[in-house]
Amino acid sequence: MSGNAEKFEFSSETAASAEMHVAKYPAGKQQSAVMPILDLAQRQNSGWLTQEIIEYIADYLGMAPMKVLEVATFYTMYNHKPVGKHHVQVCGTTPCWLRGSDDIMNACKKHLGIEKGETTADGLFTLSEVECAGACVNAPVVAIGDDYFEDLSPESMIELLNKLKNGEAVQAGPQIDRQTSAPIGKATSLTDFVGKET
Amino acid sequence: MPTLTIDGKEITVDNGLTVLQACEEAGAEIPRFCYHERLSIAGNCRMCLVEMERAPKPIASCAMPVGDGMVITTNSETVKKAREGVMEFLLINHPLDCPICDQGGECDLQDQAVAFGRGSDRFEEGKRAVAEKNMGPLVKTEMTRCIHCLRCVRFAEEVAGVDELGALWRGENTQITTYLGQILDSEMSGNVIDLCPVGALTSRPYAFTARSWELKKTESIDVMDALGSNIRIDTRGKAVMRILPRLNDDVNEEWISDKTRYACDGLSKARLDQPYVKLDGKLTPANWAEAFNAVADALKGANGSDVAAITGDMADMESMFALKGLLASMSSDRIDCRQDGAALDASCRAGYVMNSGIAGIDEADYILLVGSNPRSEAPVLNSRILAAVKGRGVTVANIGSAEDLTYRTDELGDDASILDKILSGKHATAKALKDAAKPMIIVGQGALARTDGGAILKAARDIADKYCMADGWNGFNVLHTAASRVGGLDLGLTTDGGADGIMDDAAAGKLKAVFLLGADEIDTSALKDTFTVYIGSHGDEGVRHADVILPAAAYSEKSATYVNTEGRVQHSEKAVFAPGEAREDWTILRALSDVMGHRLPYDSLEALREQMAIVAPSSAQLDQKPDEAWGDFGTKGKITSGGIAPAIDNFYATNPIARVSNTMADCIAARETEVEGATGTNG
Repeated sequence: MSGNAEKFEFSSETAASAEMHVAKYPAGKQQSAVMPILDLAQRQNSGWLTQEIIEYIADYLGMAPMKVLEVATFYTMYNHKPVGKHHVQVCGTTPCWLRGSDDIMNACKKHLGIEKGETTADGLFTLSEVECAGACVNAPVVAIGDDYFEDLSPESMIELLNKLKNGEAVQAGPQIDRQTSAPIGKATSLTDFVGKET
Repeated sequence: MPTLTIDGKEITVDNGLTVLQACEEAGAEIPRFCYHERLSIAGNCRMCLVEMERAPKPIASCAMPVGDGMVITTNSETVKKAREGVMEFLLINHPLDCPICDQGGECDLQDQAVAFGRGSDRFEEGKRAVAEKNMGPLVKTEMTRCIHCLRCVRFAEEVAGVDELGALWRGENTQITTYLGQILDSEMSGNVIDLCPVGALTSRPYAFTARSWELKKTESIDVMDALGSNIRIDTRGKAVMRILPRLNDDVNEEWISDKTRYACDGLSKARLDQPYVKLDGKLTPANWAEAFNAVADALKGANGSDVAAITGDMADMESMFALKGLLASMSSDRIDCRQDGAALDASCRAGYVMNSGIAGIDEADYILLVGSNPRSEAPVLNSRILAAVKGRGVTVANIGSAEDLTYRTDELGDDASILDKILSGKHATAKALKDAAKPMIIVGQGALARTDGGAILKAARDIADKYCMADGWNGFNVLHTAASRVGGLDLGLTTDGGADGIMDDAAAGKLKAVFLLGADEIDTSALKDTFTVYIGSHGDEGVRHADVILPAAAYSEKSATYVNTEGRVQHSEKAVFAPGEAREDWTILRALSDVMGHRLPYDSLEALREQMAIVAPSSAQLDQKPDEAWGDFGTKGKITSGGIAPAIDNFYATNPIARVSNTMADCIAARETEVEGATGTNG
């Protein structure tokens, strides 16, 4: 975390959302909204938090800056360094690892030319490894921004990165022939019911 | 009241206790790291696991409330295994550096590892290392040893009232640190050293100087403020190595301020260790006989109105009594204990003590501060107010300059004349005081030391009389800054005109001699041409114009009586001998009286105390908070509007011991750099 010369202030949209989150909690318990508000601020500040933001939020919620910082450092989805436009978060926990997350990670490293925790020179991609993304059924999984890209292979991963780089549209979800987490290709059980009118 | 079975023994305990507390009552020892009686419950160290019937796995007893019919086992094989497992985890990242760790010998982790741990561990990987943190000049950190019990974090927030300490990051990367590496800006910070169950936070000034088992421990009383905190003085040979708190729920619970803890290095510096007599305008070393003769010669033929005395803020009751006796033998009763000129009235004891008691803060539901900054005047007491504010939502209103007291205050304004408005009922505070069941008004020395202090005292008394009295509750309180003050007033050491009057008369040449008993917080330039006898421990302001210096013992070097701000009489114990030729104050005065031809009628401390109890009967009532009869005190007069100057400018430099202490100087310097740092000049 480092200082930011510009003075941070909520944009009008952020301020409106922040108020909405604070309003969810009883009066005097506004501190409960610290997590969504940190996220809002992070989004407004291109994906990372600064000391100014921490102190701004502390002031906004009537908390000690240390308490906000504790929350912001505990959860890994808050970033304390600038991140690229696309934050590529490769899941490396056991199910994904068994399904080849190492290959995905290596493909990313090689294709982007960066190591874990680094950002490409063009500022487009930041690569990091995360703990279980909770989509094990479609392992291996990579989260980019707010979307999950699942059932990846090194090839489809590189294709995805290329599309993102060129600003092309990408399809979130499974990158193979599969509907959400249904069986690959077609249904394998309860086949009698599939396709029947109900 | 729930009844539960602990290790096959039935026990009935109070509602709301935890299983851990019930086990303690039942006599079963439960190891723990994060749990602490005076802090909130965290439940994160897992060391206190016990077995509960019908629970699938061991429970953390510190966080489990007792229930009727619970069956708890603390000595089963499962519990033993659980403790061994937790201990093994705690030791995974803990370095095996006990031989070079200052906590060694008084370390909870060390003791409990021996008592509850396995003989060895199975962890073969590398241990983590954590960078040291800046916690100021008092607390030395070795964060690799930290086991993340978070006691220090909870203490900072709940007792010290500073939210700057926290645990950053998570899991193996967790680090306890202050916000942006700033120092912990609290007068209570040293207590985290006692709280830390391992050697992560240790005392910086004491670092590597002694081992706990080498020290002689003497139970004594602190004199750095008027609270009378119970302390333990740890000594080795002639040196005071450190000062630790002792438990006293009614006074200091188990905390002491940083000044109490760390000013002790001042005990061995700038000491007066032999008598001096001024010869040809120059202080010259002398022996006791020469010094006594010099005083006797100078006072030959002096009558009562020629002699006066001022006693200092750390004087013990025995010395003041002996000095009073010495003056009386010269038929003078001009001896004053109020260096700061506080308009305190010795005629009614309820008028100068904290009638609600220090522990009364735990019951109070409204607190009005008048010219008092408890944070700098009595930090431990301030923590009690903080607990009342945080725990029970007590409102604290303040008349006087607005300072950061670590809790929210209703600032009524820096204007003493507000008291008149409250008294006449025109101010909103009058209603708040009336509505409160147990309101407290705390009058500070800042207010009483004003020229209209008598009128302020009177107004505060009348407000208390009108609004702050309830059955068994007296809401009138004076918070003193000087450890000697209540004892001095008990002995009736007040004079018309006070200390200022003595100085004025000395400057005008109306006095032949002035005795200063450790009086260093007063401008002595008026004594330039007056024969001045200084009796005290340190070469400070008091010796500036002294003609004879009689070296005396500091508070760690004498058994003495001190009366705290609530009127509680406590005895301190001698921990070490005074350096060089210095002697205990009362013995000096007794010997001097002999030379002067009116021997004081006591030869031992016991005999002196017996005589003192005749003059001040309260001095024989040890360790009780007295209930004083209410009366009338203060002087009617006009309170001029205008600000109240704080009684203490700098918390770290209020007395001669603190002023020569390197540690206290470091504290002041650390705060100065912090202020510079805050402007961004050092990047």
